[in-house]
Amino acid sequence: MNVFHYPQNDINTDLLFPGKYTYTCSTGPEIKEHLLEDLDASFAGAVQPGDIIIAGENFGCGSSREHPSLGLKHIGLKAVIASSFARIFYRSAVNQGLLLVQSPEAVEYYTKGDIVTVDPAAGEVRVGDRVFTFPSLPDEMLEILKDGGLLNHIKKQYVQGDEA
Amino acid sequence: MGDTFAIKILSRAAGKKVREGEIVFVEPDYILTHDNSSAIIGKFESTVPGARVKYPGRIAIVLDHVIPAASSKHAAGHKKVREFVKEQEIVNFYDIGTGVCHQVMPEVGLVKPGSIVVGSDSHTCTYGAFNCFATGIDRTEAAGIWITGRTWFKVPETINIELTGAFTGGVSAKDLILTIVGDVGAGGANYMAVEFNGPAVGGLRMCDRMTIANMGIEMGAKIAAFPTNIVTSKYFEALDIPVTDAVWSDFDAEYARTLEYDLENIVPVIACPHQVDNVVPVEKMAGMKIDQIFLGTCTNGRVEDLKAAADILRGERIHSSVRMLVAPASRTEYLKAMKMGVLQDLVSAGAVVLPPGCGPCLGAHQGALAPGEKCLSTANRNFKGRMGEKEAEIYLSSPETAAVSALTGKVRDPREVLK
Ligand code: SF4
Repeated sequence: MNVFHYPQNDINTDLLFPGKYTYTCSTGPEIKEHLLEDLDASFAGAVQPGDIIIAGENFGCGSSREHPSLGLKHIGLKAVIASSFARIFYRSAVNQGLLLVQSPEAVEYYTKGDIVTVDPAAGEVRVGDRVFTFPSLPDEMLEILKDGGLLNHIKKQYVQGDEA
Repeated sequence: MGDTFAIKILSRAAGKKVREGEIVFVEPDYILTHDNSSAIIGKFESTVPGARVKYPGRIAIVLDHVIPAASSKHAAGHKKVREFVKEQEIVNFYDIGTGVCHQVMPEVGLVKPGSIVVGSDSHTCTYGAFNCFATGIDRTEAAGIWITGRTWFKVPETINIELTGAFTGGVSAKDLILTIVGDVGAGGANYMAVEFNGPAVGGLRMCDRMTIANMGIEMGAKIAAFPTNIVTSKYFEALDIPVTDAVWSDFDAEYARTLEYDLENIVPVIACPHQVDNVVPVEKMAGMKIDQIFLGTCTNGRVEDLKAAADILRGERIHSSVRMLVAPASRTEYLKAMKMGVLQDLVSAGAVVLPPGCGPCLGAHQGALAPGEKCLSTANRNFKGRMGEKEAEIYLSSPETAAVSALTGKVRDPREVLK
């Protein structure tokens, strides 16, 4: 497991995925190539499933483009741990089934080389030798996350005949 | 204690009294999507193959972001949208040239006081100018709402911004909202609603309200809303739309925070790279050489903005060291500017007029910057790489500041010209 540590605040959607590719890339593999391109050009080549991003406040601010959350989910990122998240990004992550952990304490405590693990069911994140709790999502959102994102959640309801 | 706009409008939509922090499910009145509709169609079709959208009448699609298509890939996206619109009998479809979605939605009457509107675009918050609860969502969620007709909101807390006084010469709504974003910070209103109140609201034109609400997202806000007043009445009267569902906060509503601004004290400001909240007085940046000026976008592409610039540039020449691009926010605004001679003035001064749409704002086509260049733009975002080149710098200002700076090719305080 790798931890990608970007301690700055206000990492915006253009840094996570440049706007110029918005209408020419929309699938996971297309997005992957440009993920975090203007923030950390080495990220796309280095990231592995199960990896974690740690960042500061207001992560994902700016555009409503979903490429960052979709791309991060596609590559199998385990979670983004940040001091806080911008709301559209937060919503988008739930919609994609990407786990977000809001824990300013964990972000603060992290030092390079610490092993980081996340237990979403327990609402716990372990950084090195310390365990921090984070607020769990409302039940409605947990359902969506559990089903692997909004559209899988809707698909399931359709199959069950909940929606006409 | 009374209730905020957000509590009242969401209570009405949910059919029960809601509390801050509660999750409510609502059926939005309109769902806006733009060029990204083609990707949304893909999601819609793979989730429920062969299905019909739940409420075709509530879907609005505006092609505005990369128009005319910059490549065959963009063209294929547009084509897919046109076919889908026919198939699904979506009547609220506006093809290229109609304008930027956030200008078109109110113009065609899809945005009404008291409505709930969502859009797969972060600046959907613009419709707060019209007393809407309007906010951005992602493509996946838009596909979900096409299918189910509904979505969820967490009832937000509210920041109250009290406005008093009137602008002085050379200062406009853009300076006010940039000042507010600078104070509140890029994430300072995260998850929250913003309300604009106070005696100065009555003195703001519809274009001012739109410029201000448009940038609510730049402080992280879920919505940024204004009350209805004589300005909104006149706007909807002209469209022949009765205003019946307006909502506003109680006089004793409980706010998380109240901020006060006296418009008299606002000075021309500029947002420096690479964050919108990096706001300084124009005075401080005076003399900085710029390579390109961009007047337009959903923030400042209306006829009043174009006219403010034309009033400065009439009979003058844009400095030879700078190029100036102008994109009217919509066909309607374009036509108004033509009729008033505003475009004549701008083009005579040396400006290049682009089709009504987003233009260079998102860096996908038109007016790209070279590495190391500086652009002074009337848009709402100056993120690194936003205009397509990460080694370029974007500065945000009012149309007035942009126009006076065009004359010298250097940043200049508009109060030197406008007293
Ligand atoms: S003009 Fe710019 S900010 Fe407005 S909708 Fe278009 S791309 Fe977005």
